[in-house]
Amino acid sequence: MAQDDVRSDRKYTKDHEWAKEEDGKISIGITAYAVDQLGEITLVNLDVRVGETITAGKAFGTIESVKTLSDLFAPVSGKIVRINSDLENKPEKVNEACYDLGWMIEIEPSDKGELDTLLDVEAYRELLKSAAH
Amino acid sequence: MSEPQPRGIKFREPPVFERGAPGRSGASLPPLDVPEVDPAVLFGALARKDAADLPEVSEPEAYRHYLRLSQWNFCIDSQLFPLGSCTMKYNPKVNEWAARIPAFANLHPMTPEELCQGSLEVMWRLQEALCEVSGMDGCSLQPSAGAQGELCGLMMMRAFHEAKGRSPKKVFIPESAHGTNAASCSLNGLVAVKIEKNADGITHPEQVLAAIEREGSDGDVCGLMITNPNTLGAYETFLPAICKLIHDKGGLVYGDGANTNAIMGRARPGDVGMDVIHINLHKTFTTPHGGGGPGSGPVCFKEHLEPFQPSPVLIRRPQGGYGWDYNRPQSLGRLRAFTGNFGMFIRAYAYIREMGGEGLSMASTLAVLNARYLWAKLKDHYLAPVPQPCMHEVVLSDSQLERETGVKTLDVAKRLLDYGFHAPTVYFPLVVPGALMIEPTETETRETLDEFVAAMVAIAKEARETPELVKQAPHNTVVGRLDEARAARQPRLRWTRS
Repeated sequence: MAQDDVRSDRKYTKDHEWAKEEDGKISIGITAYAVDQLGEITLVNLDVRVGETITAGKAFGTIESVKTLSDLFAPVSGKIVRINSDLENKPEKVNEACYDLGWMIEIEPSDKGELDTLLDVEAYRELLKSAAH
Repeated sequence: MSEPQPRGIKFREPPVFERGAPGRSGASLPPLDVPEVDPAVLFGALARKDAADLPEVSEPEAYRHYLRLSQWNFCIDSQLFPLGSCTMKYNPKVNEWAARIPAFANLHPMTPEELCQGSLEVMWRLQEALCEVSGMDGCSLQPSAGAQGELCGLMMMRAFHEAKGRSPKKVFIPESAHGTNAASCSLNGLVAVKIEKNADGITHPEQVLAAIEREGSDGDVCGLMITNPNTLGAYETFLPAICKLIHDKGGLVYGDGANTNAIMGRARPGDVGMDVIHINLHKTFTTPHGGGGPGSGPVCFKEHLEPFQPSPVLIRRPQGGYGWDYNRPQSLGRLRAFTGNFGMFIRAYAYIREMGGEGLSMASTLAVLNARYLWAKLKDHYLAPVPQPCMHEVVLSDSQLERETGVKTLDVAKRLLDYGFHAPTVYFPLVVPGALMIEPTETETRETLDEFVAAMVAIAKEARETPELVKQAPHNTVVGRLDEARAARQPRLRWTRS
């Protein structure tokens, strides 16, 4: 997957997470650029449980690769409804398919307006261009 | 040495458990002269059913096994070890002689103070020397390593605030600080606040002020933690103003002294306004990692922090001689059993006496000169993200090389092994994409530096002409590229007889 691969069906943060709304719920993961920066991912540690609430901008877990360890930041606030438990034993799914099978958590947003404050695909593409230089 | 090193004979050595044969022994024990005992009779169900299955090898088998393993080693005694941030300087063998003097090496840690005055005096003199180097008023040798020194310094800062009836929580940390700094804050129940990287690689007072305002932290400033020179190898030229700013907000300044090797005899943390620092004896004062000893991270501090230092405190008695003062009501207490890693004190003290003040100053000068030499020779071949000449370490980035050739920092690091060099620190500091962090130290000669430069330039050329060669490196080591991802994802931590 190319590092500049982006999808127009979702929003982005400057920390390279994506948030995708579907049926009133928002699924969250990291972008191809983030995956490329991390290299081979060895551990996805989601420090949250279903039913808990998370706050936009706060860490909900960590992701570890052969290179480094990074925080995972919540793009929006809300209550966790689903967690991708597959990642516990198969963190490589984030490397293989960060925009679908590599999703991390799904939340019921507490404030739908928050999603609009995130970067759209064009703004995120611009961010990637400036990051490359 | 601008060509890969020839492959010498290195043995593929199996685990020692796969060597030997039942009944074979390397020890010649005398015949049994006491009655044989059946453990099952003595211990019943506690006695093991089967033998422990220990390796049964002859002396030459055992000796060759470990010698062969040692030949796989990349170490400072065999090659340049430019691991940035670690100050892998050569460890003079006279230090090892000194640490092994039986009167030091065999001293029991419970020896009454009147019977170990010489050892206490060495500790006292070492403390004095570290105060001189750091420009501080006091020193505690207790912390066992850099991270424990940080823990200790922050605990002292907390105790200082608490003695004034305050408990501010925010500690401001530039992105270019050591990664352990933020962790030390969390361990102390403090809150680490990041100060973003600046284009010139150093921290500006306005940034610190902006971070304090952004956090709404007026009145909640516990302090600032800053590494100088920082992990980009840049000297923090605004330190006096930054220290004043933090002091005006009621906070204290913690200096991460891991990079002291760049500034000995040139700049003293105490003089620029820092309140407490730790010094890594195992970096600046030789015995680097793998150089023969554990770590040691003494803290040096200003007078106003003196009451809070770990206890017991080493004192010089008015009637002469040295002893321990346990009556320290404001002390943070003990950080560890006994008095610290004593062998490290001997090595550091021997080194300091061998070098003298001018020698230490010259060591720092040459450490910076060596790093700048590498910077000047390499900046046209690899992207150097900091515009000004570096201090004791040079940070390069793979971003240009990767864009042009697809070869990444990890590949360059692996290929360096083929050229006979230990790889530098990679992917740190995090603020530089694909960082290669190179710290040659003062102990390397110009010839060695030239060989290293030639290898780096040759690898950049290989990346353009034969990228696969670099991507699949190393080729000349006993084992090739390891699957680090699989090792982390599905670790096999047990050996079983197959």
